[in-house]
Amino acid sequence: MTPSTAPIAAPAESAAAQVLDLARAEAGPAGVEAEVVVYQTEYALTRFANSFIHQNVAESTVSVQLRLHTDGRTAAGSTTITDPESPRDLVRRTVAAARLCPPDPQWAGLAAPAPVLPGPEVDEATAHANPQDRARRVRDFVQAADGLTTAGYCSTLYWSATFANSAGQTATSAAAQAAIDAIARAEGADGLARVATGRLADLDGAVLGARAAAKARAAANPIELAPGRYEVVLEPTAVADLLTLMAFYGFNGKAVNERRSFVEIGEPQFDPAISLVDDPFAPGSTALTFDCEGTPRRRLTMVDAGRTTAVAHDRRTAAQAGTESTGHAVPGGTAAGAIAAALQLLPSGSAGGGGASGGSVDGGSAGGGSVDGGGVDGGSASSGRAAEVDGPAADASVAALVSQVERGLLVTDNWYTRVLDPRTLVVTGLTRNGVWLIEDGQITRPVQNLRFTQSYPEALAPGAVLAVGSHGVTLPNGWWEGMACHAPALRLRSWNYTGNASG
Amino acid sequence: MDARNGEIEALNQGEDAGLGVRALVGSSWGFCAVPDLSNASVRRAGESAAAIAAASATVPGPRAALVPSPPVVASWASPCDVDPLGVPLSSKGDLLVAVTAAMRAAGADHAEANYQIWDTRKWFVSSEGHRIDQHIRECGAGIAATAIGEGETQRRSYPSYRGQYGTRGWELVTELDLPAHAERIASEARALLTAPPCPSTTTTLVLGSEQMALQIHESVGHAIELDRILGWEAAFAGTSWLDLAQLGQLRYGSELMNITIDPTIPGALGSFGFDDEGTPAVARDAVRNGIWVGVLAGRDSAAVAGLDYAGSVRSDGWARLPMVRMTNVGLLPGEHTLDEMVAATDDGILMDINRSWSIDDRRLNFQFGCEIGWEIKNGRLGRMLKNPTYTGIGPTFWRSMDMVGSEVTAWGTPNCGKGQPGQVGHTGHPTPAARFTNVRVGVRS
Repeated sequence: MTPSTAPIAAPAESAAAQVLDLARAEAGPAGVEAEVVVYQTEYALTRFANSFIHQNVAESTVSVQLRLHTDGRTAAGSTTITDPESPRDLVRRTVAAARLCPPDPQWAGLAAPAPVLPGPEVDEATAHANPQDRARRVRDFVQAADGLTTAGYCSTLYWSATFANSAGQTATSAAAQAAIDAIARAEGADGLARVATGRLADLDGAVLGARAAAKARAAANPIELAPGRYEVVLEPTAVADLLTLMAFYGFNGKAVNERRSFVEIGEPQFDPAISLVDDPFAPGSTALTFDCEGTPRRRLTMVDAGRTTAVAHDRRTAAQAGTESTGHAVPGGTAAGAIAAALQLLPSGSAGGGGASGGSVDGGSAGGGSVDGGGVDGGSASSGRAAEVDGPAADASVAALVSQVERGLLVTDNWYTRVLDPRTLVVTGLTRNGVWLIEDGQITRPVQNLRFTQSYPEALAPGAVLAVGSHGVTLPNGWWEGMACHAPALRLRSWNYTGNASG
Repeated sequence: MDARNGEIEALNQGEDAGLGVRALVGSSWGFCAVPDLSNASVRRAGESAAAIAAASATVPGPRAALVPSPPVVASWASPCDVDPLGVPLSSKGDLLVAVTAAMRAAGADHAEANYQIWDTRKWFVSSEGHRIDQHIRECGAGIAATAIGEGETQRRSYPSYRGQYGTRGWELVTELDLPAHAERIASEARALLTAPPCPSTTTTLVLGSEQMALQIHESVGHAIELDRILGWEAAFAGTSWLDLAQLGQLRYGSELMNITIDPTIPGALGSFGFDDEGTPAVARDAVRNGIWVGVLAGRDSAAVAGLDYAGSVRSDGWARLPMVRMTNVGLLPGEHTLDEMVAATDDGILMDINRSWSIDDRRLNFQFGCEIGWEIKNGRLGRMLKNPTYTGIGPTFWRSMDMVGSEVTAWGTPNCGKGQPGQVGHTGHPTPAARFTNVRVGVRS
């Protein structure tokens, strides 16, 4: 283990400083406020289908992003071109663009110099993994599926950012992540294993392949169930979708400012069992410890025992709300707003989780908090993971929730979810990768996929959450590598299924 | 550029260059992408791509083959009357500021407008001898008005959910005439707040051309991707309900359903001269008179499937692996105007302008939401309806199509997601409006 930014920070810092100097010179007497971020990414993904590796990729990218404000006008530019003239071209065209833009009265200024806490140490073996490292885990997954057809990927990601602005703020941060997201297939049914971690060494392809195979076999020959409201146990993989959509549509300062969000700070909008934090310091998080405006990030409690306490802000949305930025600006995100990229639903038994007290706003826990929970329900407190179990439940903490259900559904995954109304966060989507009927605490039958139309905040409202799992799982985001959720399973009183395989 | 409520909200200009190398060793593609175009860097990228492919032998599959693609040396450029990057930023800014101010004045709580421009130069070189350069310019724009009521929001967009896009110059944006529609959509967004909700029922559904584009995209375009059919996307994008054994025989839809795969349409967003395997653009049928007859294929997937054509492999840039993607997948026109379809409907609903979309991983069970609907009674449009949604199963839905419009718009969809790592594709969907029977509408939470 080595500090996170050693190998490439120096050239990135000098590149950022060079762009700032060029911006000052190009803007001339009008003066300029400028900020620069240099991103460097090493991303590799070994993909398999029909039980063999068919696509195996690696990309190495550098991106320099500049935003500047001169003479009351704002523009942004970026380049991936690394030749010596590129910084000058970037500055020239961005300054020229700003001069032609209409005034920007909402400009919120630059981040002032402030200390940035170091993030989790980057695991070098993960950051610099080779194709054989990934292929071995794929092999283990495929072999553990014991003859079932398999598909998915093993990936490794390293990314770093180096920031500088003309107000004097500088910062560097880096993160690494390894992930396996794969299925086994049995008679048309799919079983899933999905997990992300900060250390590739923690990914055991054989364990995950066996889990996926067990779920697939248990999902074969499903029955069709009538649509309607069902009690559900959502596995962490399904809960992650709730967190992601709430980050984009709910706890987004811009959406709140514009009254497009359901979120109301100070209100008991959720069941007391729900505590939600954004924590870039948690192991396995791919979030950096400052945002693209240079604002340091802290562990931010957004829901404390059911009460909404904070939303994500960038400098612009914070100024409009009369508060401080929480460090959640995203590149090119002026239109999208401020996004929490390291959301965690706290497991039961953890500080602030599952209805317990604790979890302070802006707590600044560099250690990341005890998000993996205790060793309840068969888990191992030392490993932070729940124990593997036989059958379709993902682990012992999920199985513990299943045992509490008189009649309901166990749901592995929510898929292709889309928002019907942003304000109420009514979402439609489908189940995927395994659904089972639960009767008297036992999993009795696999069920065909169902379509749902459900308000996510309503599903988590006071009285709606019957239990929170004891162990969280870090899950990769399929679309934004810089985002990762950490979620336990949830037992919810009601989920509205509006369609089945027949229509 | 994004504008909001009469002000420019963001202007971003990105410049991007690099090299991606794809190498086939045995059963697997290896791919390596680098931003440094020096000789040493690109040589290392080539070596790395081969080494990555070779590492796949740890979990090998059947040796891959490629259908032939004769080497060509060629250049191609998309049509462009007005260079979109040559139009002054001030003019573009003035346009967006003016239309958002107009929407605000007409009652929008939030008024948004944006345009996007891509100017791409691409060089494709293969070890088989291809030497192809292409210059593709794409642009488009759109506006949206949001009205906020008690616990709800209503949105109206023009001309489409994210705007209209094509492989054309700024003339596309000029032709949209955004200012002429600003006041109308703001008024409609506000009117939707007090409109009755779409009833929950089963009825005759007329879909406007814009919504038809996404219906085709989701329930036909993705379903006919050969990599999905072969299981190569099983873990993420999903598979397909289509079985290759039924190609040429399966009834996908009614006799009126004629779907084409056509990357040659001038100005459509999914057009090109050559795909990213060097295969020249050729128009093909995907569904003819309701029978499934064609797929979107690449050279490797076609070889596995025993087909003799490819031509639909694309990447979203130098850093990502080329893969099977839609080009322009559209519905051929019928004989009726939209007015005639409405006039022929005793009891039904007209919906248009997509608001949400969702479909299962086999591309069967879909649910769409539209921005606006109108009831149809006795051949006439009646009340405006809010929150219109409809749901169905792909082949059942397409087999119920009993009228097809005569006026085609080549809609552009610049946000098609697929692949791991994720790629965002630009696809085109030329389509008229159409009518469907016995459709379930008004799905509630």
